[in-house]
Amino acid sequence: MKLFYQLKLDAILLPVIALLICLGGWAIIAGHGKTTTSVDDWGDKVTKTERFGLSKNLPSPAETWTASKPYIMEPFAKRGELDQGILRFAWLSLKLVAQGYAIALILGTPIGFFLGLSKNFSRAFDPIIQILRPVSPLAWLPLGMVLFSGLKIVDGNGRSVFGTSDAAALFTIAICAMWPTVLNTAVGVRAVPQDYLNVAKVLKLSKIKTLFKILIPSALPYMFTGFRLSLGIAWLVIVAVEMLIGKPGVGGFLWQQYNANSYAHIILSILTIGVIGYILDRAMSMIEGRFRSA
Amino acid sequence: MRPILELTGVSKTFGRAHELATILHDVNLTVQEGDFVSIIGYSGSGKSTLINLIAGLLKPSTGSAMMDGKPIDGPGPERGIVFQNYSLLPWLTVTENVRLAVDQIFPTMSDQERKEYTAKYVDMVKLTPASAKYPKELSGGMRQRVSVARTLAINPRILLLDEPLSALDALTRATLQDEIADIWHKNRTTVIWITNDPDEAILVADRVIPLLPGREGATLGSEISVSIPRPRFRNDVLKTAEFKDLKLGLVQTLIDAKKDTSPTVSKKLAAPDILPEDLRNPRKFTVFDRPTPRRRSQLEREELKIEAS
Repeated sequence: MKLFYQLKLDAILLPVIALLICLGGWAIIAGHGKTTTSVDDWGDKVTKTERFGLSKNLPSPAETWTASKPYIMEPFAKRGELDQGILRFAWLSLKLVAQGYAIALILGTPIGFFLGLSKNFSRAFDPIIQILRPVSPLAWLPLGMVLFSGLKIVDGNGRSVFGTSDAAALFTIAICAMWPTVLNTAVGVRAVPQDYLNVAKVLKLSKIKTLFKILIPSALPYMFTGFRLSLGIAWLVIVAVEMLIGKPGVGGFLWQQYNANSYAHIILSILTIGVIGYILDRAMSMIEGRFRSA
Repeated sequence: MRPILELTGVSKTFGRAHELATILHDVNLTVQEGDFVSIIGYSGSGKSTLINLIAGLLKPSTGSAMMDGKPIDGPGPERGIVFQNYSLLPWLTVTENVRLAVDQIFPTMSDQERKEYTAKYVDMVKLTPASAKYPKELSGGMRQRVSVARTLAINPRILLLDEPLSALDALTRATLQDEIADIWHKNRTTVIWITNDPDEAILVADRVIPLLPGREGATLGSEISVSIPRPRFRNDVLKTAEFKDLKLGLVQTLIDAKKDTSPTVSKKLAAPDILPEDLRNPRKFTVFDRPTPRRRSQLEREELKIEAS
């Protein structure tokens, strides 16, 4: 028993047990198919698959695995625009997220600084921010479509490389993901100790120098918390966006497979989204941790 | 000789109208170039307010604060201040903290010169071995040394020390007192040292001025001049009769001043609400109305029958 704890086996064993319980629960409520062969009135053989179970259309773990295998085993395959390996889809989604997220940070950080530095700015814009913040991505996307309607950038061959729906997607991701960055940066700037500002005053640091030498380093831990939360939201939003505009990606794949009745792939997509979201969050909090200790 | 620093009739009030609090009242102080002044007072008596006024971080409500005959209209590097809580930037190393100040004050120096200059001041406070460490890796005494080095490096005309050692243990305190006094002895910068420790005040300074609390705010008392020759060796000085007399006199002045201002409380005292819940008041569940009062004290109006006996 002592060895058990020494090797931290409980840290591995307990999650495994929980996982097995969940899988068991899933297996219980999932449906299962039964294929019957019969001879009809015309003398032809007819195979009929019927599904039974608590939720008869929900694929069982085993079925999910069988159906997902080609997507997992060849994660970067491209068999068609909407039939690609799961990591290839994830990569497409990540690219879009990265663009939208970058816009969110570029816009959000300065807004946060203004909010944190100026009481009047903060009083003026706080109500607007509080009202816009809880709006769902599903509501922003149509607005983005309207906002950027008619936008079309074509390459040399006349093919559209960046259209209304791409712009709307970026707009939606950026505006949804921006808020945690804005608010945390503002809090971080407000929390800069007066002592540090006094040092800047005594040394007569210029405004720009105070910003880069005092304010930004001091607010950085807060800002990174905001960045991490923003990334989480950007990844949440991407699925909704891809579903609505039908872009290839994890979310687009999920929606398309739902429409094609291949339910097992929905579960595959959900797990992929979850795992990647988790990895992103871990990575960000590692970076965050580095800045906190500094 | 024109004094380097002159405060005349300075008072400082905080708050507005009915909540006006006078912290300093009619403060007059003249400091000549090269003076080592120590201002001693109780905690919360306005010592930090006074030094912030001199530093320019605060403006006097009335009266004038002049440096070299010109009014002080903001903080500046000619009045370097060592803060009570060190105020080191935690994301910079010891050298970088000092270097930040050096870069700002000496823009004309070459990179190499600045590097050497920074190293010189880090060495002056004996922190060369710890120069690459971050403030959180240092002890309180070491942190305060960095702060002293940073302030000395900007080559201030007046060095302001706001209770620099009050957060340190007695032994570290003694060492640092000696070190700072020693540095002053070499540089002869004008120093204003705020403290709440009579020993410290008399040991380091030539002029000890008590900040006495008063009904209308604190004001500076009469000056005690310390003529113990330098360098002062702690062990010898502490034994001398002169030191003991000075200390006794100073402590007595401070205690007397406190006596005069024994606070007068003019506050309506409210008895605590300890009445038990009155179960005769029915409990009503209401959504929009205010909840019904549960205790007698919560009743807005109560009729008491008084029977004449």
